[in-house]
Amino acid sequence: MTRKEIGVLLLLVALCAVVAVASPQFLSVTNLQNVGRLVGTYGIFSIGVGIVIITGGIDLSVGSICALLGILLSMMLVEWHWPAGVALAAVIALGAGLGAIHGLLITRLKLQPFIVTLCGLLLYRGAARYIARDSTKGFGTGEGFEWLRALASGSVAGVPMPFVIMCVIAVLAWLLVHRSVWGRHLFAVGHNEEAAHYSGVNTRGVVAGAYVISGTLAAVSAVIIAFYTNSISPASHGNFYELYAIAAAVVGGCSLRGGEGSVLGIVMGTALLQVLRNLVNLLDIPSSLDFAVMGAVILIGAIADQVLGHRVRGPKQATKSL
Amino acid sequence: MAAISKRFPGVVALDSVDFDVSAGEIVALVGENGAGKSTLMKILAGIHRADSGEIRITGEPVTMHAPADAARLGIGVIHQELEVIETLDIAGNVFLGREPRRAGPLRLLDRRRMEADTERQLARIGMRLSPRTSLRLLSTAERQLVSIARALSMNARLLVLDEPTSSLGAKDAEKLFELLRELVRLKPDTMGATAIVYISHRLKEIEMLADRAVVLRDGRNAGTLPREAITHDRLVELMVGRAIAATAPPGAQAAGPAVLQIDKLRTGRYPDAEVSLTLHAGEVLGVAGLTGSGRSEVAEAICGVGTRMAGRMMLNGQPLAINSPNEAIQRGVCLVPEDRRRHGVVAAMTVRENVTLPALASYARFGLIDRASEETAVSHITREVTVKAASMESPVATLSGGNQQKVALGKWLALRPRVMVFDEPTQGVDVGAKAEIHRLIRRLADAGTAVMLISSDIDEILAHSDRVAVMHDGRITGILARAECSPESIMQLAVA
Repeated sequence: MTRKEIGVLLLLVALCAVVAVASPQFLSVTNLQNVGRLVGTYGIFSIGVGIVIITGGIDLSVGSICALLGILLSMMLVEWHWPAGVALAAVIALGAGLGAIHGLLITRLKLQPFIVTLCGLLLYRGAARYIARDSTKGFGTGEGFEWLRALASGSVAGVPMPFVIMCVIAVLAWLLVHRSVWGRHLFAVGHNEEAAHYSGVNTRGVVAGAYVISGTLAAVSAVIIAFYTNSISPASHGNFYELYAIAAAVVGGCSLRGGEGSVLGIVMGTALLQVLRNLVNLLDIPSSLDFAVMGAVILIGAIADQVLGHRVRGPKQATKSL
Repeated sequence: MAAISKRFPGVVALDSVDFDVSAGEIVALVGENGAGKSTLMKILAGIHRADSGEIRITGEPVTMHAPADAARLGIGVIHQELEVIETLDIAGNVFLGREPRRAGPLRLLDRRRMEADTERQLARIGMRLSPRTSLRLLSTAERQLVSIARALSMNARLLVLDEPTSSLGAKDAEKLFELLRELVRLKPDTMGATAIVYISHRLKEIEMLADRAVVLRDGRNAGTLPREAITHDRLVELMVGRAIAATAPPGAQAAGPAVLQIDKLRTGRYPDAEVSLTLHAGEVLGVAGLTGSGRSEVAEAICGVGTRMAGRMMLNGQPLAINSPNEAIQRGVCLVPEDRRRHGVVAAMTVRENVTLPALASYARFGLIDRASEETAVSHITREVTVKAASMESPVATLSGGNQQKVALGKWLALRPRVMVFDEPTQGVDVGAKAEIHRLIRRLADAGTAVMLISSDIDEILAHSDRVAVMHDGRITGILARAECSPESIMQLAVA
C-alpha cells in the first residue's frame, strides 16, 4: 500500500471508530448492510471517474447518465416489455457509447474534458426529463426481471449484492490499472502525455478508453441505483453523483493534475464519504447538513495532507499532492 | 559593461567580458551557440546577476536585481521568442504590467491614455494600426514591432534584439532594418539617441546593418570589428578561431548499406526547404547547424512526431510511411529528443517504468505485465547504459541530467533500433556522463544501427561523426566527408 492509501485507511478506521462509539447502532448488521450497499453502488461509478481523473481529465456526466439510463431501463422493461437481459445489455452499451463519444470529442477534436462532460451533464439530464415527460418512472410489480432487481437488493451470504459487484469490478479495475500494459500507459499519459506520445504510447486510445470505462461503469451503477430507489424522478435522480465520485477519487489519493491515484484509494474514498453520510444520519444531525459535513471533512483532510505532507516531503513535492 | 564574469554550476559562461555601446550606434553581438551572448544580454536585462564586473550607464555604475530594474534604466530587450499576450490588444501589450489608472476610488484603467500613448509609439515606428487591434490578428513581424513599441514607450535608450529575423521573411526583415537605422538616427526624447545591440547568426545581416561587431568565443572577447572590417569570413574566423581539443577518432570503417533514405522532406517550420539525406548502417551522421536551422524539425519528422508536409522515406529499400511515433518505433526508427524532461522521459515515473515504456507489451501476457521479466530487462538495460540510480524504483526526476539521458536512450535498446536519432544528446550533461553517452552512440553504430547525431557543439560533431551534414534555414547547405570537416568548414556552411 502506498503512503496515501495507508493515510486514507487510517482516516477511515478512525472515522468508523468515532461513529461506532457515538452510536452503537453503527455496527448493527442492518446498518452495515445498508452502508455496504451504498458503498458498492457509489464505488462502481467512482472507480470509472477515478480512472478518468488519472488521465488528467474529469467526468461530470455520470449523474445525468444514471438518470437517463435509469429512465430508459424502466421504459424498456415496463413499457416496451423487453427481455431483462436485452435491456441490461442495451443500457450498458449505451453507457459505453456515451463514454466513447466523450472520449472522441476530447481526443480527436481536442475539446476540454470539463466542457465535454459538463455538456453531457446538461444534455442527458434534459433528455431524461423529456423522454419521461418529467414524470417519475418505476418498475411496478417487477415480474419477469426479478434477477435484475436482485442485483440491487439481493445479497450473498449477508453481503449486499452491489458491494459484491463493486468488489468484482474493483479487482478487475485493479488488474487493469495497476498490473496491465494499458494501466502503465494510463499513468504515463496522466503524468506527461507528450513524453508518452514520444515513447510510442497510443495516447488518444488510452484517454478515450478511460472515458468508455467511466461511461460503462456509470451504466452498471445506473441499473443498480434504479432498482435501489425503485422510483426514478428524472429531475433529481443521480443529482450530484459526479461530485461524490470526484470527491471519493480525490480523497482516495487521485490528483486532479493526473498521473496519480489507485483503485483501492478510490474505493476507500467512497467508503469514507458513505460513512460520513451515515454519521449524519445516526447522530441525528439535520440531514440538511449532509453536504456541509462532507465538505468540511474533505477540506480538513486536504489541509492536513498539505500541511503534514509539507513537513514530511519538503515544499517541492507537497505542492503536487491532492 | 566591463570585465563581466558569470559562472554556472560546472561552466564559466562569461570570463571577464567587456562590451560597450554608444547612443546612435548599432552593435552586433556575434558568437556560436554557447559563446556567452545570451548570458551577457541576460545580465544586461537584469535576469541574471554577474559574479563580478561592472555595468555603467552614461558613466554611472548601476546594479540590477530584476528585469524591472533594467526597464527602469532604459534597457529594452526584445527576445527571440516574443513575449506578447495574444488575447490582449496592442495597447494592452504595450502597457502590460504598468497600466495607467484613472483618478477616483476605483482606480480604473485609463484606456484613453494607454491608447493615445500607444498610437504615438506606433507612429514613431511607422505602424499604421489601431491600438485596439488584437495581437492574435498580427503577423510575427508586426508582433515584433509591438514589442519594440512597448520598449520605446518605456523610454528605452538601449534596445537589445535577440535573433529578431529568425522567423521573419526577407521583406519583413528589410523593413525591420530600415526601422532600426531610423531609430538610432532619430533623437527620440531629450534623453539622447537610441543605442541598439543586435544579436544574430545571420552574418549577412550584420555586414549590412552593424556599425561595429563584437565577437564572443567560449565566454571571452574574441575581437571587435569596425564597420569597414566586418566581412563574413572575418566573422567566421573570430567565431571559431580556436584550437580544437584532441579528439578520439571515430571507429573508421566503411559505411554499411543505406538504411534510411529521406527524399525531398519538407517540414512545417520550413515548408519551402527540401531535405534529402541517406543514413547508412554502422555510420554516425552528424548534423550541424545553428539553433533554429531546422535540424530538430527533420529529426521529428523522421520519427513521426512533427509535421511532415511532403517527401518520401525508404527504410531498407521499402517505402516507409510514418505518421506517429508509434509507427516509427514499430519500424525501428527511434528518437532521443532534445527536450529530455518534456519529451524524453516521464520524470515522475520510476526508472523501471520509463525504460520499459516503449516495449511494454513484450514483457506482458494477455495484457498483464510480467513483473519478473520486466525487471530482468530493466536490470540488463540499466547495466548496459550504466544508469546510476538509488534503485530501479527511483523516480527519474531524482536522477542527474546525464542519468536521465541514459534512461531516455536506454528505453530504446530493447527494441534493437535500426535508426537512432539523437537530438542534442549531451546538452546539460556532466562530463563523465557525456563520455559514456558518446561511447553508447558509437557502440550502437558498431552494432549496425544507422545513427543521426544532431548537435550544436562543433567539437562533439567533429569527434563523433563519420560524415557531417550542415543545415541552415531548413536546408542542407553541405555534406562533408570526415576528412573535409573542420570548425571553419562547418561554420561557413552553417551561417551560409
